[in-house]
Amino acid sequence: MSGDTLIRFNRVTKRFGEGPPALDAISADVTAGRITGLVGPDGAGKTTFIRLVTGLMVPDEGGVSVLGHDTATDAASIFPGIGYMPQRFGLYEDLSVQENLNLYAELRGLPAGERPAVFDRLLRFTDLQRFTGRLAGRLSGGMKQKLGLACALMRTPPLLLLDEPSVGVDPISRRELWAMVKELTGGGMGVVWSTAYLDEAQRCDSVLLLNQGRLLFDGDPRSLMKRAEGRVFQVRGLDWKRRAVLARMLAQPDVIDGVIQGRHVRVVYKERVDGAENPPVLPPLPEEVGTQAHLAPVPPRFEDAFMDILGGGPGGRSALAERIAPVEQSAGGEPVIEARGLTKRFGDFTAARDITFSIPRGEIFGLLGPNGAGKSTTFKMLCGLLAPTEGAGRVAGFDLRRAAAQARQRLGYMAQKFSLYGDLSARQNLDFFSGVYGLGRRRRREQVELMIRTFDFGRLSDTAAKDLPLGFKQRLALACAIMHEPEALFLDEPTSGVDPITRREFWTHINGLVEKGVTVLVTTHFMDEAEYCDRIALIYRGRTIATGSPDELKERVQRPDLPDPTLEDAFIALVEESDLSEQEVA
Amino acid sequence: MWGRLKALIVKELLALWRDPKGRAILIVPPIMQLLVFSHAATLEVKNVDIAVLNRDSGRWGHELVQRFEGSSTFNRVVQIQAIPEIQPLIDDQEVLAVLQIGPEFSRRIEAGLPADIQVILDGRRSNAAQIVQGYIAQIVQRLDAELAEQAGRPVPSSTVVSRNWFNPNLEYVWFTVPSLIGMIALLIGIMVTALTVARERELGTFEQLLVSPLRPFEILIGKTVPPLLIGLFHATIYVAAAVFAFGVPLVGSLLLLYPSLILYLAAVIGIGLFISSLAQTQQQAVLGAFIFASPAILLSGFASPVENMPEWLQAVTIVNPLRHFQVIVIGVFLKGMPAREVLANTLPLLGIAAATLTVAAWLFRKRME
Repeated sequence: MSGDTLIRFNRVTKRFGEGPPALDAISADVTAGRITGLVGPDGAGKTTFIRLVTGLMVPDEGGVSVLGHDTATDAASIFPGIGYMPQRFGLYEDLSVQENLNLYAELRGLPAGERPAVFDRLLRFTDLQRFTGRLAGRLSGGMKQKLGLACALMRTPPLLLLDEPSVGVDPISRRELWAMVKELTGGGMGVVWSTAYLDEAQRCDSVLLLNQGRLLFDGDPRSLMKRAEGRVFQVRGLDWKRRAVLARMLAQPDVIDGVIQGRHVRVVYKERVDGAENPPVLPPLPEEVGTQAHLAPVPPRFEDAFMDILGGGPGGRSALAERIAPVEQSAGGEPVIEARGLTKRFGDFTAARDITFSIPRGEIFGLLGPNGAGKSTTFKMLCGLLAPTEGAGRVAGFDLRRAAAQARQRLGYMAQKFSLYGDLSARQNLDFFSGVYGLGRRRRREQVELMIRTFDFGRLSDTAAKDLPLGFKQRLALACAIMHEPEALFLDEPTSGVDPITRREFWTHINGLVEKGVTVLVTTHFMDEAEYCDRIALIYRGRTIATGSPDELKERVQRPDLPDPTLEDAFIALVEESDLSEQEVA
Repeated sequence: MWGRLKALIVKELLALWRDPKGRAILIVPPIMQLLVFSHAATLEVKNVDIAVLNRDSGRWGHELVQRFEGSSTFNRVVQIQAIPEIQPLIDDQEVLAVLQIGPEFSRRIEAGLPADIQVILDGRRSNAAQIVQGYIAQIVQRLDAELAEQAGRPVPSSTVVSRNWFNPNLEYVWFTVPSLIGMIALLIGIMVTALTVARERELGTFEQLLVSPLRPFEILIGKTVPPLLIGLFHATIYVAAAVFAFGVPLVGSLLLLYPSLILYLAAVIGIGLFISSLAQTQQQAVLGAFIFASPAILLSGFASPVENMPEWLQAVTIVNPLRHFQVIVIGVFLKGMPAREVLANTLPLLGIAAATLTVAAWLFRKRME
């Protein structure tokens, strides 16, 4: 039944309170037998879209028909035909895997006689046979999603809705999940897979690209990527100064977007109005870059095309970096962040074992690893949130155990999901953080004003932080973390779920700060983000299994059948390699 | 350090005030409590209905009924005719008590013999029933005394005349309203503090605090001072309301009340922070606060005297800050409790505050792990 229309949106608008609608006059179809990617950053309207399909909500205007039934009048006929895996709360964390399955079988009215066969099939499919007795809350992120998927597949529905199934899932589990879903579509099931990861969008059969409630693109992702063909290049042959080169490139009037990819800089050029065939030329670059620099054409990615639709990125200037003072060079050039044999044990579980690295001034260092591998534990030990069982962490020369307060005075911390005081206004948040970092009264006022001007808060400075637009929340969180001009900046998954423009703006600031001598430690799930790092430590099962620049890691896994591995390929290959060597030892 | 602390305290107060729910917690319960406790929850027995079954056809039975009807204590005196009518009246709580005068009542009195009256009380409302029994006994005794006088018999020589010191007219408002000072400080103090750390943990801002140069004890002070200020503010409003709106006499000195109030609040806040550092979510924190607050109020001596509790329970009340403060606030208000005694009751508060705050500080540190 491949090709049947399962979902039809006809000029659907949905509003929540005041402000722009969550979905604005959307018309789209979803067909059977393929994965339709519902793609967009947080707040784009993805969850609203899915809820409208399930009939949990009805549209304010327009109509939604699912499996031939209108959701507003005939929702009950739709329910049996859909499997729905919500973003969270889909599982009962205090029930075991088996109990969750039993519960969903009950809820879905699966006859008792069919259950053993269905459970057996689902458990084999999701590879969860060994864990039936484990509480769902104790499963890893990836396993939780697989269990969620199993629960949604209880009755092999013709339509499967997955709301951000890859959030909090490491690349390996992400691939497995993808392979499973792909298998389902082979059997004719229609799947809606919502995601904020643009690299996932690229792999979908069809894509609905949403941004701020509007449908930007509907169709084959390859046809979207085609629009950027011939306009995407890498500046290669750079030994260093990638950040300066990126800033220089973004200042070119015909460059609309640019990011760092390991040792290269990726740029997207504007569509040529004159239709000239001449390839773009490299602008004069700083002398230190050397003479090897050249432009090499590369195939476009989904994200390049997305940025092109949005009209390009935010430019390469960081008003922040231009205004703050450079970090004073401390004598001796000793590393700013240092981990010496950091070990953390919780009972008889070792979360991190003998982790050692040092980060010199002005470097971006990334911690990468699957969930629960120990990267958060390491991160927390280095910013003083966890006391190591063994070993020591140092920030700006201060031991985190003996001189914790001095060390903390020199570090800035930006938590996942921007931990701000939501009820306080932007200005009050700034006031508070400048206060707890002990800035003097005059300096406090100066810094707060500086941040408000630099980040263009304007009238928004008196808005409660929780009501700020996402981009401004991000700016405020960054401002709060750097107002005291720290030497070291700790970023915990700083841009997960954020739209690509906000993410670029953020990294422009970070790059600018790094050029001023700030040292950055970042944990991330985003391979794009990892590309910005100078060096990466890959942490797996509590140990560092590889350290090096993104390109070094990629080169390590290069094989004839994988001549140009991505960072994700490298990540997966290195983790598998580590598993293999572990088995040999055992 | 002062700058950091000030920033933290200002932030706490702002965060509470700018959050509509936080603001509601600060404003609504105190007003509700004042209204409910001062008007509805009096311990006084007024407006009681009773029933009388007078099976005596003589003069004295009638006389007694007249006296009941004349008494201002009873709202309504229902005359009933037969015994089967008694049960439904009590069962349906139509009346609190039924008085039965036997058929021989007048005859026995005329003959100079002892005459009995049966009183049936609704034991479900034991407190009120006891008080009503007292009223009934008073009326009957008075009749008895008059009869004795008329008959030339000796008047019962010793009757008990009770006089209530410190509250001569047994105005229950004098007792309830000052008691509310301690109770509201407990509720607000425990709610505000229990929520503060849990909320920050839920939002992820607690980690933000922990990575700042603030030391654990500074965070502790920063989390203690705002609820202390809020508690003092509420208590002051209640003191003023007691004196000016309810006319409760303030015999003792406020200079004695406030220092013990501060220590009392510190003890309560310590318990709140303790709950807060154990709770993972705001929901757990609110539950924890209630689990503590209800027994704390019941075992404070407000609802029932501590002396009436079993020995082991009396021992338990030692750790209840409200029990000690209840003694102080009533003492200072109504009897001008001397400094030495205030101090004696304040010392346990000091101990509780020191213990709970230390444990809370330790948990802060522990919970960082």
